[in-house]
Amino acid sequence: MTQDYERMLAAYAQAGGTPEVLKDSTVSHLVVHGNKVIGSHLADGLILEAEERESGILVRLVVKKGVRIARPVHLCFGVLPEEGEQEILMQVELQDGSGLELLAHCVFPNAVKVRHRMTAEIEVGNGASYSYKEVHFHGEKGGVVVIPRARIRIGNEARFLTDFALLHGRAGRLDIEYDAEVRDGSSLQMTAKVYGFGADWIRIREAARLLGKGSRGLIKSRIAVRGEASSQVFSDLTASAPGARGHVDCVEIVQGRADAKAFPTVGVTHELAKVTHEAAVGRVDQKQVETLMARGLEEERAIDLVIGGMLK
Amino acid sequence: MGDKEMLRTEHLSLVREGRHILKDISLSVAAGSVHSVLGSNAAGKSSLAAALMGCHDYAPTSGSIFFLNTDITNLSISQRAKMGLTLAWQEPARFEGLTVGDYVTVGNGADRIMRAREALAKVLLTPEEYLLRPVDKTLSGGERKRIELAGVFAMKPRLAILDEPDSGIDILALDNIVQLIRELKERGTTVLLITHREEVAEIADRSSLICSGCIVKEGNPPEVGRYFREKCVPCVTKTCETGERHQNEESVP
Repeated sequence: MTQDYERMLAAYAQAGGTPEVLKDSTVSHLVVHGNKVIGSHLADGLILEAEERESGILVRLVVKKGVRIARPVHLCFGVLPEEGEQEILMQVELQDGSGLELLAHCVFPNAVKVRHRMTAEIEVGNGASYSYKEVHFHGEKGGVVVIPRARIRIGNEARFLTDFALLHGRAGRLDIEYDAEVRDGSSLQMTAKVYGFGADWIRIREAARLLGKGSRGLIKSRIAVRGEASSQVFSDLTASAPGARGHVDCVEIVQGRADAKAFPTVGVTHELAKVTHEAAVGRVDQKQVETLMARGLEEERAIDLVIGGMLK
Repeated sequence: MGDKEMLRTEHLSLVREGRHILKDISLSVAAGSVHSVLGSNAAGKSSLAAALMGCHDYAPTSGSIFFLNTDITNLSISQRAKMGLTLAWQEPARFEGLTVGDYVTVGNGADRIMRAREALAKVLLTPEEYLLRPVDKTLSGGERKRIELAGVFAMKPRLAILDEPDSGIDILALDNIVQLIRELKERGTTVLLITHREEVAEIADRSSLICSGCIVKEGNPPEVGRYFREKCVPCVTKTCETGERHQNEESVP
């Protein structure tokens, strides 16, 4: 177990995490290898329960009414062997007026045949604030299937932000589905950034319904694919209350024989609501590349810099 | 100004989508000078800048470009830049995720931060405020233009092609840009200044007037500026081929 923990920490560091933070007694964290909890720590004000089941692991996370967790809570999920399965069911409840920032690192550095499925039910109470940042590190073999699912309900005057990044190693087969409801005066921002190559297959489906008066929503995706990789991005944003405003912003860059598709769907069912979208799919912008080349960069380096900036 | 030639074009022509954009342009830019290229909208100024820099789709149909007596006609943009040639675009690109500090010093090695600070101060942008800002749509057009010029300043090129550095900026910033051009020259950078404003063109040591893709007049800037004001500005057709056949001239008995 200790050996697994140390190896997880090493993979966590490779993914951009800071292992020292997991030894800080003021920081809450949970480390899950496969379907086993191998490390955890709770700071005041947070209820974090993890139950190992035969089919996977149930993580229940509650922040009590009015409690704002001062420091980000760190989650580390991973499978270290070449083969394995991880099934995580997350139940997150932010009670009214609470606040939580989660930083999750998902590490599959040796994956040849690994499946990771995360199903989340997230309730964000009135006046609550929730931020979830998820960073993946997959290694170079591409043998990983990642299936994140989330159903999100956001109360009144609340804030919700999710930021998914898979930029290191092969994406493998990535299939994201998020669905959110946003109530009065609340805001939602969902961002996904993925770099795929080899035979990676990427599908992102993010949907949000702006149901409340004055609610706000932004669905943003930044995808780069090269080699034989393919990506499909479905962004679905509807607004049905006065003053609701939403925007879909999708950029997909294609290199080589890769292919990318964007399917933005925007809709309103109230005359005082408005949803806009912009989608750009294609090669790297020639003017950006030439601008950097005119500063002395080689074309390949200029393209890397443009794509790296977009995915930053 | 020295007599050495920094840039020379010989019978440079460019055809794009069936249109003659540049026609037989032979131009000589002396090392250490500021040379302005003055012309109305759609005269071919930006196309000339793009062709000199080697941009995609602007490869000359015929003719040659020499930089320090080396034929660079078939060199890539990067190769030209490494020789010391650069371009500040009229409408600079925006970059998501790239900071002003990164952009200004891209391609520069040592002392990047110091050079970025110095260059931003030269264009009257407070380094503390701008270094970490993204070069994206959150910047105004005027800010983006100044950052473009700061990038050129930080690069210390041998030849800077400045494509309409005066467009889209306020009058106060214009004084600053004129000062920057003078400073570039003092520092040893030759400047090819492209503009449609004769008062800007007149800060140069020498001037060329371009109309419908042809160089129609060359000489000292006040003389070229006067010709532009008296002949080109009132001209309706803007289809001058040789500089001798302005429509308003032809209409005079």
